Amino acid sequence: MAVLLIVLLPFIGVLLAVASGRLGRRAAAVAAAGPTLVAFALLMSLAPSVLAGEVLVLSRPWVPALGLTFGLRVDGLGFLFALLILGIGLLVIQYAYFYMSRGDPLWRFFSYLMLFMGAMLGVVLSENVLLMALFWEVTSLSSFLLIGYLSDRSAARRGARMALTITGLGGFCLFAGLVILGQIVGSYELTDILASGELIVGHDWYLPMLILVLIGAFTKSAQFPFHFWLPNAMTAPTPVSAYLHSATMVKAGVFLLARLHPALSGGDAWFYLVGGVGMATMFFAAYVAFFRHDLKALLAYSTISHLGLITALFGFGTAGAAVVGIFHIMNHAAFKASLFMTAGIIDHQTGTRDIRILGNLRRAMPYTMVLALLGSAAMAGIPFLNGFLSKELFLKETLTAPMMAGTPWLLPTVATVGAIFSMAYSVRLVHGVFFEPGQGKMPKEGHDPSAGMLLPVAILVAICVVVGVAPQWTAAPLLAAAAQSVVVGELPAYSLTLWHGFTMELLMSAIAIGGGIFVYTQRARLYDLAHRIWPGLTGGAVFEKTVELVVGAGARLTATLENGSLQRYLVLLLVMALAAGALPFIQYGFSSGPQELTPTNPVAIAVWALLVVAALATVLTHRNRITAIICLSVVGLLISIVFVYLSAPDLALTQLSVEVVTILLLLLALFVLPKTAPRESSRLRKGRDIAVAALGGLGMGAISWAVMTRPQDSISDFFLEHATYPVGGGTNVVNVILVDFRGFDTFGEVAVLVLAAFGIYTMLRYANHTFVEGVPDTADDRYPVVLVSASRPLLALILLMSIFIFLRGHYLPGGGFIGGLVASVALIMQYLASGIDWANERMRLNFRVVAVIGFLIAMVAGSVAFVMDLPFLTMALLGMDVPLVGESDFVMTLLFDLGIGLAVVGSTMTILSELSHMQEVEPYDEAQRAKESDPWKP
Amino acid sequence: MEALIASAIAVLGGCGIYLVLRERTFTVILGLALLAIATNLFLLSMGRVAPGHAPVIEEGIELSAYVDPLPQAVVLTAIVIGFAMMAFVVVLSISAHFVTGTDHIDGGEHTQ
Repeated sequence: MAVLLIVLLPFIGVLLAVASGRLGRRAAAVAAAGPTLVAFALLMSLAPSVLAGEVLVLSRPWVPALGLTFGLRVDGLGFLFALLILGIGLLVIQYAYFYMSRGDPLWRFFSYLMLFMGAMLGVVLSENVLLMALFWEVTSLSSFLLIGYLSDRSAARRGARMALTITGLGGFCLFAGLVILGQIVGSYELTDILASGELIVGHDWYLPMLILVLIGAFTKSAQFPFHFWLPNAMTAPTPVSAYLHSATMVKAGVFLLARLHPALSGGDAWFYLVGGVGMATMFFAAYVAFFRHDLKALLAYSTISHLGLITALFGFGTAGAAVVGIFHIMNHAAFKASLFMTAGIIDHQTGTRDIRILGNLRRAMPYTMVLALLGSAAMAGIPFLNGFLSKELFLKETLTAPMMAGTPWLLPTVATVGAIFSMAYSVRLVHGVFFEPGQGKMPKEGHDPSAGMLLPVAILVAICVVVGVAPQWTAAPLLAAAAQSVVVGELPAYSLTLWHGFTMELLMSAIAIGGGIFVYTQRARLYDLAHRIWPGLTGGAVFEKTVELVVGAGARLTATLENGSLQRYLVLLLVMALAAGALPFIQYGFSSGPQELTPTNPVAIAVWALLVVAALATVLTHRNRITAIICLSVVGLLISIVFVYLSAPDLALTQLSVEVVTILLLLLALFVLPKTAPRESSRLRKGRDIAVAALGGLGMGAISWAVMTRPQDSISDFFLEHATYPVGGGTNVVNVILVDFRGFDTFGEVAVLVLAAFGIYTMLRYANHTFVEGVPDTADDRYPVVLVSASRPLLALILLMSIFIFLRGHYLPGGGFIGGLVASVALIMQYLASGIDWANERMRLNFRVVAVIGFLIAMVAGSVAFVMDLPFLTMALLGMDVPLVGESDFVMTLLFDLGIGLAVVGSTMTILSELSHMQEVEPYDEAQRAKESDPWKP
Repeated sequence: MEALIASAIAVLGGCGIYLVLRERTFTVILGLALLAIATNLFLLSMGRVAPGHAPVIEEGIELSAYVDPLPQAVVLTAIVIGFAMMAFVVVLSISAHFVTGTDHIDGGEHTQ
């Protein structure tokens, strides 16, 4: 349970930080530090059992079908990383509170930081690898937010984009790799994966899987050739660099190597890929770092170099090397975080990070100088500091690396030369900033910052010293526990002592230190040389060029496909649909089925002929829109006759009432839109459209023919069987399906109807009426007496009819949809006959409210099932009897249907009455209107 | 009878598609209406042709005698949704007409 809390607490911190928005800087810092502190304490409470070698696993099913569980795991490795994340996280929060400028909304910064912290904890404590991949993505996203935090600077935005692109693409590769891994093992749980090393390494898919996983690790840990995003990410505020780009996120890649070490290591591919990339990165980045003049850029390349060193150690594939790798992860996190913070302090106090400008700060900033000196010494690998221990162990491992029998001198040489440059840039960092006089003037005269800002640095440096002096009493137990989860079987012998005697690695260390100092003394000549022959080809430039090319290609593709013409998109869409529909015809051919045909009759032929004529007439007359609407209405009415013939009385009723409303709607639209359409299609276009239309129509007809001539095998027998009591409780199966079996569908569709009504209402209410064409009011008889006098009694009759249709729906054709539509028709008729104002005067109903009430009634009717602990919209409630009304399920369906009916009435009326409002007529005059429209009034 | 229905679907669908491809919003709406009718008929035809067997259960009639009720339920909601969407596009075209001053579907007379 504690594990779960540890992962969740930072996310709670996100919410707290956001909530603290108005309360100021201090509140934001507390909101971030509080949960972190609690999580840290919880982690400490797990320390005894983890250090004793226990593996705590918590697993909850999540999406079992995908193999995804919410599984968390605390073993030595996870514990070590969680300790780094939370411990350094606390220090960074403290540091950021002092570092970030006064005017900065800290809550935003801390909410991003906590999001990152939570995601990172998720990565290192996941038991399920899919879950880990999920958290991995969140670290990419949150680091994007943090790198681009100073979003008004274009360099920050570019750096953030670059980091996201590279790590995000790496994340995809990793995900693919982990899925393959899960397929190989048959489980996504780490416990199973770590136990199947032999199976994995021997599998056919081992190599592709390995490459994908490694791309994920290498992109995250900025290994060559994906390293360039890290220097570009230095645009982030320094606390972010100290946290993400030294201690935690970039360590996620090497964490992955460590985590999967028992399962994936072994084999030549692992050694050459991981070891090779690691050594190359270590050497190359150390070299580049020496030539960077920006403090943070120097530290960024140094980080890349050290990550390369760790990667190489895991790449050697031996247990001993893996232990050293973990040791260096710990050490590097401590000294590099402290150095980043020091760089931030220098930048903060002097206003520049350029080593060439900075100089002679030893007097102005003595405390900072001491801390920087110790941190750099640890980085360079000077004795009595933690960096020395792990670096010496690394040099020793290069001497004994496997598979290098042919060239045993290669790795030690590369390692030593890399170490020389490492020493050189460390010396430069201290000497160039604190001792050498600077060239040029610093923006601010620096002095030591407040104690609050120095404290986190001091703590980290103290750790470096203590571990460096007495490793066996400090780091050893943690290292042993972490190493145990990386190494299969017994831990190898390793010795964490300062003095191993006069060994080869001591000699290499000495060469590195001496050589580094020598290189530094030759710096002027080297800079000059580098200035002249530095290659123009950098990873960042290649990346930018690639992005430019991709974006350019995308823009060209878009410009070709998307020229702004909807007409064209529609043609493309239809042609694609035709192609997709044609595929099965081409593949399987077309044939009639064996089913016996239904005999035809003269009436049917007559209806068919009328239908065809009306449809064609709609097309032919479409320029004269009123005529076209009339033709269309003929089609709609004929179709309701067809529905009757096809044994679908409910459909016929619905079609009939919808037809009335639709035609009204189209006529209303013509108040505004032009009454005629110009001739504008070219002959060619017409030909093309006729071809598309003919093919589309023939395709639909052909498919329906093919289906209708084949025997049926439907799932509907279920509905027919269960429609009646006790399950459905009705005899009109269509209605029972609508309100009971498929009630949720109906519910959703009513929601769409209500939404459409509200969308229409908003669009028309806020429309600009400038272009309303309007209809010149030329009618002699605006409110025909016959229509007016007939509509009044009809209103009552039709409403009664609609209630009747509604009530009988469960047993005979009818129901809420149809009842609602019929009621709408009755109401609309009053608008038509007597005018909007007259009707509104007498019908003081807000139809939007009616629609919402109907929707809510349907929802309540569906939710009653919850009381009985049944799923939403279960209508048959154990056959309870309700007094006076009857069966409870009948009551519930009736209530649901009532809601639907009301929603239909409300929506339809909202739509039509809003449209009618478009017709701007002269102001309402009650007396005049009464005289005109009411024949019974004197 | 099946041939009549299939050909009616073909004619309605073809007319609908042709109108949908025209350049004025209102014509496109007319086309959508025809296309919706054709589609509804098409969906209903998936339940086969069985005149006189409405799915309203009566005593003493075998279940297999009724026509398939499922396409009917689907089509019923489709009709109502079709109306809602039709109303929406009608108002959308009216709004577009307000904004652009034209009822050309591309929002301008000479886009293409």
